[in-house]
Amino acid sequence: MVNLQNNNKMHEIVLLGLNHITAPVELRECLAFSSQEAIDSLGLLGKDPAVNELLIFSTCNRVEILMTSTDIPAAIHAAKTHISKFKNIEQGKYEKALYILQGEDAIKHVFRVASSLDSMIIGEPQILGQIKEAYRIATENKTSGVILNRLLHRTFFVAKKVRTETGIGGSAVSISYAAVELGKKIFGSLEGKKVLMIGAGEMVELAVEHIIQNRASEIYVANRTFRRAVELADRFQGKALRFEEIPDSLKSVDIIISSTGSPDFIISCDMVKENMRLRKNRPIFFIDIAVPRDIDPAINRISNAYVYDIDDLKSVIDENLEERKKEAVKGERIVDEAVIKFMEWYKNLEVVPTIVSMKNKLDVIVKSEIEKTQSTLKHLPEADLKVINRMTDSIIKRFMHDPTLFLKGNGCHGDKAIYLDATRKLFKLDE
Amino acid sequence: MESINLIVILFYLSSTAFYAAYFIKQKDFLHHIGYYLLFTGFIIHILSIGTRYTSTGIYPAGNLKENLSIASGAIAGVFLLLKYKFHLKILGTYTAPLSAIVMIISFFLPGYPPEPNMVFKNFWLITHVSIIFIGEASFALACGAGMLYLAQEHAIKTKNHGFFYKRLPSLDLIDSTGHACIVVGFTLLTIGLIIGSIYAKSVWGRFWSWDPKEVWSMISWLLYAALLHQRLTMGWRGRRAAIMSIIGFAALMFTFFGVNFLLTGHHGEFTK
Repeated sequence: MVNLQNNNKMHEIVLLGLNHITAPVELRECLAFSSQEAIDSLGLLGKDPAVNELLIFSTCNRVEILMTSTDIPAAIHAAKTHISKFKNIEQGKYEKALYILQGEDAIKHVFRVASSLDSMIIGEPQILGQIKEAYRIATENKTSGVILNRLLHRTFFVAKKVRTETGIGGSAVSISYAAVELGKKIFGSLEGKKVLMIGAGEMVELAVEHIIQNRASEIYVANRTFRRAVELADRFQGKALRFEEIPDSLKSVDIIISSTGSPDFIISCDMVKENMRLRKNRPIFFIDIAVPRDIDPAINRISNAYVYDIDDLKSVIDENLEERKKEAVKGERIVDEAVIKFMEWYKNLEVVPTIVSMKNKLDVIVKSEIEKTQSTLKHLPEADLKVINRMTDSIIKRFMHDPTLFLKGNGCHGDKAIYLDATRKLFKLDE
Repeated sequence: MESINLIVILFYLSSTAFYAAYFIKQKDFLHHIGYYLLFTGFIIHILSIGTRYTSTGIYPAGNLKENLSIASGAIAGVFLLLKYKFHLKILGTYTAPLSAIVMIISFFLPGYPPEPNMVFKNFWLITHVSIIFIGEASFALACGAGMLYLAQEHAIKTKNHGFFYKRLPSLDLIDSTGHACIVVGFTLLTIGLIIGSIYAKSVWGRFWSWDPKEVWSMISWLLYAALLHQRLTMGWRGRRAAIMSIIGFAALMFTFFGVNFLLTGHHGEFTK
């Protein structure tokens, strides 16, 4: 079988890599490729005759080199040599941390990594973007071909599916999501709740967006600079408040999210106590993302008032990470399915190089014959020659039609490789 | 009679088991089974009390054994209705064992042979007793909701998101269910007390006789009235309402047991 594959010049997928489990951080630091280094490596390693297609993917938690090759051992050797030379590190120092995967295993690994099943924080969303970037660089440097293109496109599809169909990215491991979850435990539903956002920043804005998605009714925005408050209020279709209006607003708003640079508390215990009577003790929920804190933690002792600061939310997140691990099992199933589907395509793909080389052979024969004929038909005008070329092209096309259908389609039963082998021998394609 | 009660107890206990399993495992089918077991037990219970009444013509509330049996049935019944409206299914983990325990105590108490006591054929008295029991069952559930509220509130306040936090529903749902129980209980208690005093007028010739049970009933009534009033005007909700519904129920329990054992009065003879 191995012999047959070599005859067919089949492109195998192979992956070399190390990650946060196999390698300590010192080693990962040594071997990480910056994006410029990755581009350079694509140029250098891509030139190696054993390496056909190439993609280099490096983050702080992993380095992965994905290749296709017709000569796997040579490709692996080339990659290792490149790493040692490029990073100036002896092979022995990193070889133990290295995993080398081929074919199905390599495909599965790529899917798992992109779906964040192999991540340090399971379900973290950045990894997919990082892989997309690595792929973009590979396509720009023309080191990715038919197989890697297809593999990466499938990878993006699988990663998205895992994200949407499992809770792997679900239970809150982000501050904003944890805040919404807590709000639901207090209010039952966030529908119709009034939200006050104090200050600005990525985390507060994310949290507010999340709360709006849960159908909160009114959004108020307060900021030291009123203009900024107006801008943000526009964005969230809310109302801008002056900073001095905050104490008064406590009698009507239900959720307060704060993140300012203030060194002192912005909302004091007394402010809340006064307003609790006015709001008839309806629950009020404070989310304090600021460091140093904006909201007096003593407020948490007031009946029906709840205060969560950034540390509290973080410990909630830690618990939810455990939940994610359970959800990851479903993700693994989706990945396994996708691997099976990809393998079907991949096996079919072996047909393509055969057809291409068959067509190339015909092209060469036809071209040389036309050249010969042309030398005896010098009187023919340019336009007529073009017609003859068109004719030969369509002869090739029509000739190729049936074998192409046969090899690609269901015409050949049993092991396709046998037919491919016969085709290659029949037309002497391997010379 | 006793064998039917035993069957009822078995149903209540198996319902308890399923609700306990639901509380731990959080699988929906478990509380569905628990609910139907409780429902079946309740129907058998009601039919047994009904048969007793129609066969003897005497309402079986003449002694503690019978009273507890009715209380157990009332608690189960009120929960079955309440769950329909509020979906606070977790309250079943409180109700099912409560019904079971009350019923078991009733089972082991000695039953006095029914005296040819004419009072338990009186329409007003039967209504008085039945309504008060349903009212008290509502308060028992409010007390349960109050305890759930305190557990969940404690979890959220102390930021300990463990066992209870995950299993208990939102504070809002628990609070509104508890409130509904109090409103229903209070309405029934009021009606029950009025009917009781009408009956007293017809028997003893006066509406109010400073009987200890009457006094303690009035104290409980005032406690719940205060709670409802404060909620409407001051917004007494959440923790305070939860604590009050537990205190209110404790007062009610004293009215039910304590008065009988510690004090004497014309209600005493029914709860020997």
